[in-house]
Amino acid sequence: MTLTREGIAFRVARDLPEGSYVNLGVGIPILVSAFLPPDREIFLHSENGILGSGPRVKPGEEDPDLVNADKQYVRLLPGASVFDHALSFSMIRGGHITHAVIGAIEVAANGDLANWKVPGQKVPGVGGAMDLAYGVRNVFVAMNHVTNKGAPKIVTSCSCPLTAPRCVRRIYTDMAVVDVTPEGLVLREVAQGLDPAAVQARTGAPLRVAGDWRVMEIPATCNGISLFS
Amino acid sequence: MIDKTLATCDEAVAQVFDGATLMTGGFGGPGFPAQLCEALRRRGVGNLTVINNGAGNDDFGLGGLFKHGRVRKLICSFPNYPTATAFRDRYIKGEVELELMPQGTLVERIRAAGAGLGGFYTPTAVGTELAAGKETRVIDGREYVFELPLHADFAFVKAHRGDRLGNLAYRLTMRNFNLIMATAAKTVVAEVDELVPVGTLPPEEVHTPGIFVDRLVQVERHPGLFQPRKEANPA
Repeated sequence: MTLTREGIAFRVARDLPEGSYVNLGVGIPILVSAFLPPDREIFLHSENGILGSGPRVKPGEEDPDLVNADKQYVRLLPGASVFDHALSFSMIRGGHITHAVIGAIEVAANGDLANWKVPGQKVPGVGGAMDLAYGVRNVFVAMNHVTNKGAPKIVTSCSCPLTAPRCVRRIYTDMAVVDVTPEGLVLREVAQGLDPAAVQARTGAPLRVAGDWRVMEIPATCNGISLFS
Repeated sequence: MIDKTLATCDEAVAQVFDGATLMTGGFGGPGFPAQLCEALRRRGVGNLTVINNGAGNDDFGLGGLFKHGRVRKLICSFPNYPTATAFRDRYIKGEVELELMPQGTLVERIRAAGAGLGGFYTPTAVGTELAAGKETRVIDGREYVFELPLHADFAFVKAHRGDRLGNLAYRLTMRNFNLIMATAAKTVVAEVDELVPVGTLPPEEVHTPGIFVDRLVQVERHPGLFQPRKEANPA
């Protein structure tokens, strides 16, 4: 069995500690906001000038002056602050944001990240991805383990243009949790029903299996949302 | 008596000339000076260089300037938002030039211009194609790339409230690029939801002091919300 997109987001959320300041990218990462442990105070940062961003609001409840970095209408949580773009990117580049969860096209065994441009893309765009990849201490990638065509997204070296070299700390996929270490990739966890050999078979770079590797402890559902597919 | 207010957006953009460099604030709908951009489209000047985080939406506001072929070059970080259709059409046909840079670098280049700095070193983009050919320097063991300030002839900004002195206050996420763009252009034009008497804005709630603002005009908000995209970007 593999995890759903929400399942990946759920697993990432378990690793965000109390007091962390977290930036969530678009795609699977933004789903993490729905699974933050309620017993921890975690502040979500949004590039356009929010610390303490809350969930999306229902249609009819939008404030036209309040969007997140994905341009969705959201609300603020108690203790939130709003500010301008220069201060927002000082938080990112200056190392104040503790965790960035971002999507990826490819991640290399040395932590190189490619997530902003694919060959042949008609209109390129980079947004805040590079600033996050260079500025944030804990860069977590949340993505599917393989492409729609089944090709590995964890590779020995990226074929797409880099977002930043050697920046990724940990990779969360629908099949596994993998750490990027100076000694290479270390397989920490596998999804239920898989074993390390099955994950290695879908990975384009060598994995060292951690001595204490385990099966991910994830419930079948959370708030009625299925975490496995 | 100082009075920077004007009655209409058309008057407020009357000085913008052919070939001008124009900064426009905003991120999504909040803080986007849509009425000034619409007035500029009506004015008809072209050959513009536009500095904005994105590339406008549909045919309205900045999108309208692309739609009507008024923009020669766009300097931005995120032009590939799905609703940036007018820019996309022109770009694919080779009718508009694009200078792409990381969002934080874009912000800081504007900030450097407004703060009178000759540039700065940033770690962002070192070793990537967006830093190719640029000067680099190792400081305390880390490599940085040198970036120049980014000036403009005009900046269009959007605030919630303003007074005749040009003091501006923003709601919620309206501040975004407006705060720094208001420091970095020769002429700064603001549209505000509400013009208030001098002394109404508490001094600690003036986000853009009037020293930075040359003209302001009270506008009716464009009805309807900015429409977020339906699908998330796969990247």
